Amino acid sequence: MSVLIFIDQADGQIKKSSYEVLNYGAAIASQTGTTAEAILLGTVKDDLAALGKYGVTKVHQLANDALNHIDAAIFATIIAEAAVKIGATILVFAQSHSGKAIAGRVSAILKAGIVTGAVAIPDTSNGFIVKKAVFSGKAFANVRIDSAVKIITLNQNSIKVHSGEGIATVAALDIALPSPTVTVSAVHKVSGEIPLTEAEIVVSAGRGLKGPENWAMVEELAKTLHAATACSRPVADTGWRPHHEHVGQTGVQIAPNLYIAIGISGAIQHLAGVNRSKVIVVINKDPEAPFFKAADYGIIGDAFEVVPQLTAAIQQLKGTA
Amino acid sequence: MKILVCISKTPDTTSKIAFKDNNTRFEETGVQWIINPYDEWYSLVRAIELKEKDPATVIHLIKVGAADTEPIIRKALALGGDEAIRVNTDSSDSYYIAAQIAAVANAGGYDLIFTGKETIDYNGSCIGAILSEMVHAPYISLATHFELNGTLASITREIEGGEEVYTVCLPLVISAQKGMAEQRIPNMRGIMAARTKPLKVVEPVVAEQLTSIVSFELPPAKAGVKLVAADNVAELVRLLHEEAKAF
Repeated sequence: MSVLIFIDQADGQIKKSSYEVLNYGAAIASQTGTTAEAILLGTVKDDLAALGKYGVTKVHQLANDALNHIDAAIFATIIAEAAVKIGATILVFAQSHSGKAIAGRVSAILKAGIVTGAVAIPDTSNGFIVKKAVFSGKAFANVRIDSAVKIITLNQNSIKVHSGEGIATVAALDIALPSPTVTVSAVHKVSGEIPLTEAEIVVSAGRGLKGPENWAMVEELAKTLHAATACSRPVADTGWRPHHEHVGQTGVQIAPNLYIAIGISGAIQHLAGVNRSKVIVVINKDPEAPFFKAADYGIIGDAFEVVPQLTAAIQQLKGTA
Repeated sequence: MKILVCISKTPDTTSKIAFKDNNTRFEETGVQWIINPYDEWYSLVRAIELKEKDPATVIHLIKVGAADTEPIIRKALALGGDEAIRVNTDSSDSYYIAAQIAAVANAGGYDLIFTGKETIDYNGSCIGAILSEMVHAPYISLATHFELNGTLASITREIEGGEEVYTVCLPLVISAQKGMAEQRIPNMRGIMAARTKPLKVVEPVVAEQLTSIVSFELPPAKAGVKLVAADNVAELVRLLHEEAKAF
């Protein structure tokens, strides 16, 4: 038995969420007295042996360019076969776009109980219990997995990545590529932006900004903080900002280290998407805005005055003014 | 064409979340129940649009749940769909639920199966994936656009920092999210028609429950907001930098 961690990649680069699951899987392995190994499908520029720093002893790679796009059926077949070969009984994925597409299929193949959106290392003192976010971040559930093979997907930004010493052995996976079930006909990437779910800092704005022409100051603040930009649902619905920026219950759910909400009242549906943020700052001219109850820091004031001052003050601190 | 739309019953998005029986069960008192928004606004409405374009299309709804979920099934039928199937069992285990849907799907010969990207209660987000493997069909998750040309589907799927467009041959399973369709309000004719649409109840097939919920927890309460005066933004920056260590 061992822990098998799926390394997700895009554009020849290992994704940030993969480092989190490497650490997470390694911690489960050390807690259960076994080894952590990783699996990577496709080709990347990163040095795979160096992943040993994150706690894995071996990286299994199927280096085929055909695997640089996700085909959930193929990925699941390969991962399940690898798990059986390696003798892995705990499989770990990121609760990322790819993880969501693949982990469930692996669960069906291996008849493995699955818990998605885990937020902590499992409690293995009495059974195997995984804490996961439920009710869109408004609560947690402790879920017991009873099957012999177990699958966990880890919520992004749930653990802090740390690296130590270690070099992993890299082994080529000897598994035949199944025939594709889907064809990728186009890929559109939003260039120059930090993906929302990977961002450590998110600057978000709502209807309080009065119109799309006023977003320059939000973008300026985000740029100063190397942050991603986000918005509330009404802003996305009216087309002021693109849909992929909408955070909330029916939008993207995020858990950055810092979330700055500007001119957002903080409806319960919006909070559901952001309440796992470590620190929440609310800037709103309405002292009765419900968001203040969920915030760590707040300024009651006019965003049009406060935000530029905030950007300037941060620039000064960072010496970039 | 035959479409199967999976629906789930969830607490309204504004519900206060609380637990009872020593934090082992969800407190349902005072909770308004709705169709899971991803299932309703995106999956079901997109399926209805496909039927509007091609009236020969047949839409079946499926719900795995006890008898108390029937009002939600009728609500969904008021929006559209020809008939509904309720699998008479209750579970929180994704594998078990997917196995129930798969049994109906395999017997029904569907060309297209819609799921929502996740339910807003347990946030499992994996039924579609498990189901797709059980019915041996391709799976496109987090789909924002779906166009059909004969048996060839063109689907846009969200990825981190962008989107990908896939071409896939039916049959297939997709999980739908925002962008797929616009929310609709059922009209009176739909509500009346829903009362007489067939709602078949089938007993569950034998499948294992691989997980179970042991207990629930609420997140620790926030300590309370620290307010900073609007003319003292520098103090906020200091607090974020030194106290919260946020940057």
